[in-house]
Amino acid sequence: MKGTVHKYAQNNIDTDVIIPGPYLKIMDPDELAKHAMEGLDKEFVKKLKQGDFMVSGENFGCGSSREHAPIALRHAGITAVLALSFARIFYRNSVDGAHLLPIEIEKDAYDNISDKDQLEIDIQKGEVKNITKNKTYKMKPFPELIRKIIDAGGILNYTP
Amino acid sequence: MTITEKILARASGRDRVSPDDVVFAKVDKVMLHDVSGPGVMTVFKELEKKGRKVEKIWDPSRVWVAEDHFVPAVDKLAAENIVMVQNFVKKFNISKHFKYGLGQYGICHTLSHEEALVLPGEVYVGGDSHTNTTGALGCFATGMGHTDVAYVLLNGKIWFKVPETILFNLEGELPSYVMAKDVILKIIADHGTDVGNYKAIQFAGSAISKMPMEERFTLTNMTTEAGAKNGIIEPDQKTIDYVKERTDAPFTAVVGDKDAKYVDIHTYEVDKLEPIVAKPFSPANISTARELSNVPIDKAYIGSCTGAKYNDLLEAARVIKGKKTKVRMEVLPAAQNIYMRALKEGLINIFMEAGAVIGPPTCGACCGAHMGVLAKDEVCVSTTNRNFPGRMGHVESKTYLASPKVVAASAVTGKITDPRDIR
Repeated sequence: MKGTVHKYAQNNIDTDVIIPGPYLKIMDPDELAKHAMEGLDKEFVKKLKQGDFMVSGENFGCGSSREHAPIALRHAGITAVLALSFARIFYRNSVDGAHLLPIEIEKDAYDNISDKDQLEIDIQKGEVKNITKNKTYKMKPFPELIRKIIDAGGILNYTP
Repeated sequence: MTITEKILARASGRDRVSPDDVVFAKVDKVMLHDVSGPGVMTVFKELEKKGRKVEKIWDPSRVWVAEDHFVPAVDKLAAENIVMVQNFVKKFNISKHFKYGLGQYGICHTLSHEEALVLPGEVYVGGDSHTNTTGALGCFATGMGHTDVAYVLLNGKIWFKVPETILFNLEGELPSYVMAKDVILKIIADHGTDVGNYKAIQFAGSAISKMPMEERFTLTNMTTEAGAKNGIIEPDQKTIDYVKERTDAPFTAVVGDKDAKYVDIHTYEVDKLEPIVAKPFSPANISTARELSNVPIDKAYIGSCTGAKYNDLLEAARVIKGKKTKVRMEVLPAAQNIYMRALKEGLINIFMEAGAVIGPPTCGACCGAHMGVLAKDEVCVSTTNRNFPGRMGHVESKTYLASPKVVAASAVTGKITDPRDIR
């Protein structure tokens, strides 16, 4: 997976800014995508290409259990979020719903990655390559079950 | 083992589990509402497109449905979602559907305990993050997204990583002007909004023993704001009585072992606590109410699963009785039976004579969706649970989270006010 970074260098990006409450009645993913990150960055959707990545700090996706959050990000173009840590429901929704990859990275990688950097993510190797800066970072490995669910394409395709 | 570990061990057919074990646990109860419900239906439709037709769900008697987020129907889309939910209930023979305008209904988390839909010792999964609330009944209660809820509806089980437990011992007696809301805001501020990430948060101690059930639900409700997988309180006689007053269904109460291991233990002497307010834009961003006494407000809000239970209305009414509000005040009881009791006991009169408007139970304003959203730059002091940017309306509105007593006192003065400071 190769893509461009959209970096939000802050902690606690919550589901209310990822997809505000009034849009929760929308089920059409492309309609949701139009409002992705509206609570924080009105230009967000315009900046994206399909296959792009987000980079952010700690506790990404905290707040509500709305699966609309990873769905809106995915349909806006985001295929992976690289963060220092994730709130548990956002993480679960991303993996079990097969919406996007929640990738935990270390602080040095987080500090080193800049907005607009080109990254290449290789989950087989567990590496994130920064093409722009010619650096390679280790991602924190997915726990065994998470990896199996990702490989199956979501919890509904996974047989324990 | 802790109570959380014991419940998960039983549900996964093991003698014991330890933190970080991954288990597939049998689920006892499942909740969906008018946001997660249509999400589940979308998942089922996708499965059908792939040739996996869903004819029945695992056990309709263990499933219940609430209409709470977008009722009364906000617009055509919300109305259609509610019709979808209704059709879903019919198609799969779900017996418990709490329908807006048809007898008892209300916010899903309030119904979970008011109607004893979940019992001590059970595993309960809800399509809403504040499902943690119900853990004050001594059950394992956790929120999930709609794909996971769909999986549970099909399979009757789901994976969990067994969480470590953080124990908060609350000792002493709460001062008359302090409520559980002040306690949980203080805890979140002291330990951070992600302290509970992937963990269980358990409350114990002499202050818990003395605390009414409804106040306990405020604590477990806001473990979600500390990131916790579940919030939990071991059942005692109060819990058992509370459940038995509401249902004849048999249950087996579970408590932790004496040698249970906790990843952290924190003790609070609650006698010293003061009324607390969380400033925008985080539940961890606290001051005392007195430190904020120069903050003017536009609205005082009493509502939500966190702060519109009967006891919340009662405490607010005690503060406001015989006084007039200076700013608009909106009171939305969390469920129809609470509304009726408040009416019979004269609380609704007290609020209305003070100047407040009373609304039907709904999550609407708490999540900024409808029924009283905030304009740009408006300031609200609220009994709800989150104050993220735009949570209750315009992204440049401001929400201060507080107890029902602080909200009522603030309505009277028009500024954030410690309940001790009004006559």
